[in-house]
Amino acid sequence: MDTASRDDFVIAIRSAFLKKGNKQRFSLIFLIFLSLIFLFLGKINFEPINQVKIVIREVVYRSSFIVSVPENYLKKTYQNIQSHFVIYNDYFEIKSEIEKLNSQKTVDQFIIEENKRLKKIIDDYVAESDEVVAKIIIDKDSPFLRSLIVNKGSKNNIKLGMAVLDKNYLIGKVVEVNYLTSRVLLLSDLNSKIPVIVEPGSFQSILSGTGKNHGTLQYLKDNYLIEGKSTVYTSGAGGLFKAGIPIGKIEKNELKEENKVNFFSDFSQLRFVKIKSFKKEENN
Amino acid sequence: MVKFSKITISNKLLRYAPILLLFISVLNEFDFNYLELKYFSFNFPFVLIFYWSLKKAESLGYGFIFIAGLINDVVVGFPMGISSLAYLFICGSAAYFRNIILNPTLVKDWMFFLATILVVNTMLYSILILFFSFSLDYNNLIVNLIFTFLIYIICANLFQIYQKLVFGSQNV
Repeated sequence: MDTASRDDFVIAIRSAFLKKGNKQRFSLIFLIFLSLIFLFLGKINFEPINQVKIVIREVVYRSSFIVSVPENYLKKTYQNIQSHFVIYNDYFEIKSEIEKLNSQKTVDQFIIEENKRLKKIIDDYVAESDEVVAKIIIDKDSPFLRSLIVNKGSKNNIKLGMAVLDKNYLIGKVVEVNYLTSRVLLLSDLNSKIPVIVEPGSFQSILSGTGKNHGTLQYLKDNYLIEGKSTVYTSGAGGLFKAGIPIGKIEKNELKEENKVNFFSDFSQLRFVKIKSFKKEENN
Repeated sequence: MVKFSKITISNKLLRYAPILLLFISVLNEFDFNYLELKYFSFNFPFVLIFYWSLKKAESLGYGFIFIAGLINDVVVGFPMGISSLAYLFICGSAAYFRNIILNPTLVKDWMFFLATILVVNTMLYSILILFFSFSLDYNNLIVNLIFTFLIYIICANLFQIYQKLVFGSQNV
C-alpha cells in the first residue's frame, strides 16, 4: 500500500516537473535550472550576464514606465483629492511660516558665507559637481525594497554612490547605474546605512532605514542625551557625502527606546530629484 | 471578412488575457501601495500563476512565466532569476496538485495554494537572506502572505467567471 502511494507521488512529481505540458515548449525542470544558473552567475558577477542584465533593465524600466501610466494617473488623482481636503488649513500655516522664514533668511546668508570660509580652512568637502536633475520613472514603494528608478544613467555621468537630493534634503544614493537609467536606494530602505551627525550635541551615529517611512539611529550610546526634535545631518564620514546635508528630525520614542528619524522629504511624493557628487576643493 | 478578422483578434486577445495580465502586473506591480495602508500588500502574480496553471496550464506558457519572473526581478530590484524560480515552483506545485486531485473544489485549491505560497516564500526569502544578504522585514512578509492567501479566493472566483465566458463551461 505504502509502495503504491509512493509510486503515485513520484509519478505525479515526474509528470509535473519533467514532462513538457500540452502546448509548452520547455519543461519546468529545464526552466528551473535556467533560473538557478541566472542566480548563480549573478552572484559571482559573471560579466556577460551583467551586460545582459543592463540591456534587460533598460528595456524593462522603459516598458514599466509606459505600463504604469494608468496606475500613476489613478495614484495622482487620489493624492490630489487628498491634498485638496487639507489645502485651506495649510494656507494660513504656510503664510505665517513664510514670514518667519524670510526674516531668518537674511541671518542665514551671513552664516552660510562664514561657514564656507571656515570649511575651506579645515579642508572639508565643499566642492560639488554639477547637479543632474532626473525624473523618476518608476517608484514602486514596495514593502520589501525602497528604491526608485530615474531617467539618467552613465550617459549623463551618473556614478555609483552619488548623493540624491530632493530640494536640499538627502533622500538616498545611487546603487545601480545603467546607460540611460539608474536605481536610487532610498534612506528608508532596510539596507541603507548612512553616517550622520545629530545637532544639537554633535553626536555621531548611523542612520539606518526601517523599510517604513522613517529611519532609525543606530550605534548610539545610551548615555547620550538626544533631545526630541533634534536635526539629523550627514556627517561627511566615509567621504561619500559632504557634511551638513539635512536629512530629518528626531522623534523620541521613550517606550521603545529608539530614536526615530522623520525624513524632511516625503518619499512618496517625489517627481524630480537632484543627483550630485562631492569632492575636495583644492586649497589655494 | 473584416468582421471575421475582428472577431478573431478580439478572441485571441481574450484567450491570451491571463499572460497579458501577468506581464502588466509584473511591469506595473499593482499592489495599491500608494493607498499607504500600513498592513496591506499582496502578490498578484502568485495568484494568477497558480490559478491558471491549475485550471488551464496552456494559457500561460512556462517560457513566458520565466520571462515574467526576470522582469519582476528587474522592477523590484531582486537578484535576477529568483522570481522566475518562485513562479516556476508555483507552476510545478499546481501541476502536481492537478495530477493528484480527483474531485477539485475551490476550497481545496485554496488550501493547497496556502501550502504552496508558504513553501515558495520560505525558499525565496531564505535564498535572499542567506546568499544575497538582503535585510527583510518579517512583518511585511507575513502580511503579504496573508493577503495573497485571502485574495486568492476573490480572484479565483473572478477568473472562473472569465474562464466560463471565454473558454466555455466544459473547461472550468
